[in-house]
Amino acid sequence: MPNPLNPRSKKDRIDALAASAGDPATTGSSGGGTVGGTTAVATIDDAGHVEETAGVSLFASAWSRLRRNPVFLIGLGITGAFVLLAIFAPWIAPHDPAARLLLDEIRPQSNPIPAAREGFPLGADNIGRDIFSRLIVGSRQTLLVGVMATFFGLVGGLTLGTIAGAFGGWVDSVVMRVVDVMLSIPSLLLAFSIAAIAARPSQWTVIIAIAVVQVPIFARLLRGSMLAQRASDHVLAARALGVKESAIVFRHMLPNSLGPVIVQSTLVVATSIIDAAALSFLGLGNPDDRKPEWGQMLGASQQFIYDHPALAVWPALCIIVVALGFTLMGESLREALDPKSRR
Amino acid sequence: MTDTLSTSQPHPRSDSDEPLLSVRDLTVTFQRAGDEPFVAVDGVSFDLRPGDTLGIVGESGSGKSVTSLAIMGLLPERGVRVTGEVLYNGQDLLKLSPTQMRDRRGAELGMIFQDPLSSLNPVVPIGLQVTEVLERHRGLSRKAAMPLAKEMLDRVGIPDPDRRLKDYPHQLSGGMRQRALIAMALAAEPRVLIADEPTTALDVTIQAQILAVLKDLVEDTGTALIMITHDLGVVAGLVDTVNVMYAGRVVERAARHPLFAEPRHPYTAGLLASIPRLDGSRGERLQPIPGSVADNLPWTSACAFAPRCSQPIDQCRAQTPELVQHDDRALRCFNPMEVTR
Repeated sequence: MPNPLNPRSKKDRIDALAASAGDPATTGSSGGGTVGGTTAVATIDDAGHVEETAGVSLFASAWSRLRRNPVFLIGLGITGAFVLLAIFAPWIAPHDPAARLLLDEIRPQSNPIPAAREGFPLGADNIGRDIFSRLIVGSRQTLLVGVMATFFGLVGGLTLGTIAGAFGGWVDSVVMRVVDVMLSIPSLLLAFSIAAIAARPSQWTVIIAIAVVQVPIFARLLRGSMLAQRASDHVLAARALGVKESAIVFRHMLPNSLGPVIVQSTLVVATSIIDAAALSFLGLGNPDDRKPEWGQMLGASQQFIYDHPALAVWPALCIIVVALGFTLMGESLREALDPKSRR
Repeated sequence: MTDTLSTSQPHPRSDSDEPLLSVRDLTVTFQRAGDEPFVAVDGVSFDLRPGDTLGIVGESGSGKSVTSLAIMGLLPERGVRVTGEVLYNGQDLLKLSPTQMRDRRGAELGMIFQDPLSSLNPVVPIGLQVTEVLERHRGLSRKAAMPLAKEMLDRVGIPDPDRRLKDYPHQLSGGMRQRALIAMALAAEPRVLIADEPTTALDVTIQAQILAVLKDLVEDTGTALIMITHDLGVVAGLVDTVNVMYAGRVVERAARHPLFAEPRHPYTAGLLASIPRLDGSRGERLQPIPGSVADNLPWTSACAFAPRCSQPIDQCRAQTPELVQHDDRALRCFNPMEVTR
């Protein structure tokens, strides 16, 4: 068996090995006393410079793709227009949405619904209120319910998800089983049940009911990405530095886990709006119909659906378009932030 | 830069033979319910004196990273059994509570990992990641820690540290990220630094720079260094003593020069023969070590390396070799390579 080493060149071999490891730098560091020396520093500076132009952050590259994505732009346009409409609704609406302006026109037998006319582009409802104004002002309730329900769902979900992801072990198991039970009940049914429990239904019972439905979705999502972070290299590195557990959770794990949750919340606004409409439609919403709400308008139009379908079509169309806007925005956001779709 | 270094010497190199870190019979067993227990590290022992540099070399799966994680107390608690002793200043780290161990990590024992990008928190600027360590172990406020963080970045050779403090990891090049990690690991001036393959993810020129930075820092601060790598080239320029690990056990331990000049264990010889040589003739083929770690025999009844060995004898498959001290090295082999000198 020949010795794999050539004995003649042993010394050279060591030197070569040493050279391949430390030599270029030793010339710069041990002699002059500047680590890496000027040449090395220049190289690194150059490398850093190249990196900055070539490698961009996930969010920057996501934005550069989103800017050219027509789906996202349409979603953003719809959502933006809707939010502006909701904010400025009282100044845009031509009439008071609660005023029974065309009450005199109504004949219960021959003409229950006043038709469109000058100043009332979509006509009035069965007690003479301007539909166009009601639709515009209704956007406020829809936005409020959608955003607030998402917000409270997010708060609850983040709390549960953080607890489960931060502690792991049996805490995680207990929290996630509770979440599983909540998920096993059909979401709309759960929302109905919660809304129906309320003694006096109001806009807030709707918000709470829908928020509760969203909690398990957020909790599950956050817990999943927290667990992935828990196993990540930078969390291990932080542990190796003796960083406290609380700092690891709140500074290292949580901020890195929020991406998918933020994306999900834009999608949840859309489902919240639809769920809120469904609750109002079934009479579990705010009983006070002086404050218009699209779902409730849709519900009220049921009895005239054969003779006056327009009464149902307008609020339904509003709900669909707004929900579509949020969904398009959320989906393209999700796609853009998904590393797998990065090109 | 050297001025900064020489003025702050927290751990002067001590001449005493008292080891700073003494690993005794460290054994790590992974056990999952229903699975055969797997011994990843099997009775590893070594001493580390202040200012020492120690290399642990071996291929993937030889247990070198698990050794370092066990010393740092970073192995998961479930399904892992760590036995033996890790004496730091005479205190067994394995017996400390998680809280006590956490206070020592970063302050007494530092660690650098392989992949500099994934080892940095992507959403926190570099400066804050360095000050976090100082806040934690020195009890400084963030404001007071910031100048020290800047000095650390300067010491590891990051140009324009003022600007880099505010940069996020993705804005740094690979070499600078590893420098930032070294700055974080050394910020609280630990007395032992474990570098787990610190240059594997970097290209060769940057590797050399990082190794030079490490070498300078450990020399100037008296920090003891454990360099874990699969690359003999890395240890060749840096460490005093080399431990070659195979299948969880140390198979050869020697000072750097005797080891490279005269490898006695066939595995060490195989590792050396598989490195490309500058002085080799053109077209000379590299000599791989045949087989893989999957062919290993259990240490309990044989030499694990026997199936891949270049010169096995019958005894190798029948009996467990012990780590025996020869004149200039410790060796675990029945039929070591000939001494050609």
